[in-house]
Amino acid sequence: MTTIQIDHVSRWFGNVVAVNDITMTIGPGVTGLLGPNGAGKSTLINMMGGFLAPSGGTVTLDGRTVWRNESIYRHIGIVPEREAMYDFLTGREFVVANAELHGLGKDAARRALATVEMEYAQDRRISTYSKGMRQRVKMASALVHDPSVLLLDEPFNGMDPRQRMQLMDLLRRMGAEGRTVLFSSHILEEVEQLASHIEVVVAGRHAASGDFRKIRRLMTDRPHRYLVRSTDDRALAAALIADPSTAGIEVDLQEGALRIQAVDFPRFTALLPRVARDHGIRLLTVSPSDESLESVFSYLVAA
Amino acid sequence: MSATSSVRPDPSPAPAAGPSPVPSVFNPTVARLTYRALLGRRRALILFALPALLIVISVAVRALAGADDSTANGVLGTFALATMVPLIGVIAGTGAIGPEIDDGSVVYLLAKPLRRSSVIFTKLVVAIGVTAAFSAVPVLIAGFILNGNSQQIAVAYAVAAAVASVAYSALFLFFGTVSRHAVVFGLVYALVWETLFGNLVPGARTLSVQQWALAIGQKIGAEGAITSEVGLPLAVVLLVAVTGLATWYAGRKLRSLTVAGEE
Repeated sequence: MTTIQIDHVSRWFGNVVAVNDITMTIGPGVTGLLGPNGAGKSTLINMMGGFLAPSGGTVTLDGRTVWRNESIYRHIGIVPEREAMYDFLTGREFVVANAELHGLGKDAARRALATVEMEYAQDRRISTYSKGMRQRVKMASALVHDPSVLLLDEPFNGMDPRQRMQLMDLLRRMGAEGRTVLFSSHILEEVEQLASHIEVVVAGRHAASGDFRKIRRLMTDRPHRYLVRSTDDRALAAALIADPSTAGIEVDLQEGALRIQAVDFPRFTALLPRVARDHGIRLLTVSPSDESLESVFSYLVAA
Repeated sequence: MSATSSVRPDPSPAPAAGPSPVPSVFNPTVARLTYRALLGRRRALILFALPALLIVISVAVRALAGADDSTANGVLGTFALATMVPLIGVIAGTGAIGPEIDDGSVVYLLAKPLRRSSVIFTKLVVAIGVTAAFSAVPVLIAGFILNGNSQQIAVAYAVAAAVASVAYSALFLFFGTVSRHAVVFGLVYALVWETLFGNLVPGARTLSVQQWALAIGQKIGAEGAITSEVGLPLAVVLLVAVTGLATWYAGRKLRSLTVAGEE
């Protein structure tokens, strides 16, 4: 049982704050680190893996400082996002080298390659591997010393669905065995399928923490904003505001459109076309104005 | 960082994984990865091309001008020691670590319970080995071709090249840990500083690996065969100091190597 403790950690690069006063605890099981691109996920993972010093705060592994402490790598396995990995070696040579660097032998390498089901291609050069195969060999290199913590930075990037499922199965197994598995992703569905616990990071801040149901609810319950143009904006507005699924409507004279804030997303999407039909109004434009992932996340920050 | 830094060998709460790391300073696995990477790159072609060029020149000179000590001195001093050795040093020294840091694969070496200083030391040994193999050995052969080691010139230059290999490797390995443009720095040092400034500004010669190596060559060669701008004791002190400092600092640098993400 190993726990990573992130305590009031900040990290800035020059004037840019990448991580802003984050405190979280990552315990055994699979945790998903969710956030849009550029939110600071990689920065956080790099600090947890000892490859970046926090500008403030501390990152500890069972109470031991991670930064500049080579001995923690006995307990941590890292799967970096970057592709480069001694492409001139075969998969087997690469994993054996990783085992040796831990003071282990070929048996450990063989076990790790079997765990990721890569024996069939272990004697091919890494340069000939597909993205998914590379990812699995990276996993093998991280698992070779049977670590209690596994850190993975965007492990599903560029994988096809089958490879994705295989890796998810593997990570689930690792989590079930009591390892502390942390992976980052910017895709909610990915995190939801795999992680029992989710940490959301947006713009360097810790936006939400909890199980995926709670996060999912926060995401779907948020007010949705729409921009609607019709043949009779005011009549449409009057009819919509009578329904509790609509929280507010603004008549934007400049745009010649309605700005609608809906609170009950499924109900509102059913209501709008029905109301329009019943009142003989034609809908010209219906466009969600805040559907981007970033706006979903920034809503979470405020929640 | 202040707070909770207890790096005691405490009763570890985390499960022990494998035996404790090999405390040795030289790591054979790091060495194997380093030399395979070094000799596998396209850059390595220069490692073969330069010595080949030296041998070709030597054969041509010998055939055209016959065996002559001062010609041998000229070829080995200006082409071999002043140009070829530093260039090979740049390729082997920066190439032993620079590309790994650049592409991020160094993470696989660093995310291990290994002392960073032993990673640097091992890479230094490999860089020295490669530089010496591709410079000192061809220099010795070229020397024998040029004048049959008369006045000990071949041996003296070969030893000087080997000594220079050590200092260049350490220096350029250090460059490799501090800058992404290590090769450029290395080339500027090797060609502009050592070759150009060394010849124009007398003071610059005191701070030249080439001159320090020559001081050792001077001692080995026959009286007056080889000359250096620097006295032997000073040369030895500077060689040891530069090699030691560069290695120490490279290890330090690697210890706090930051792998920034794409963000």
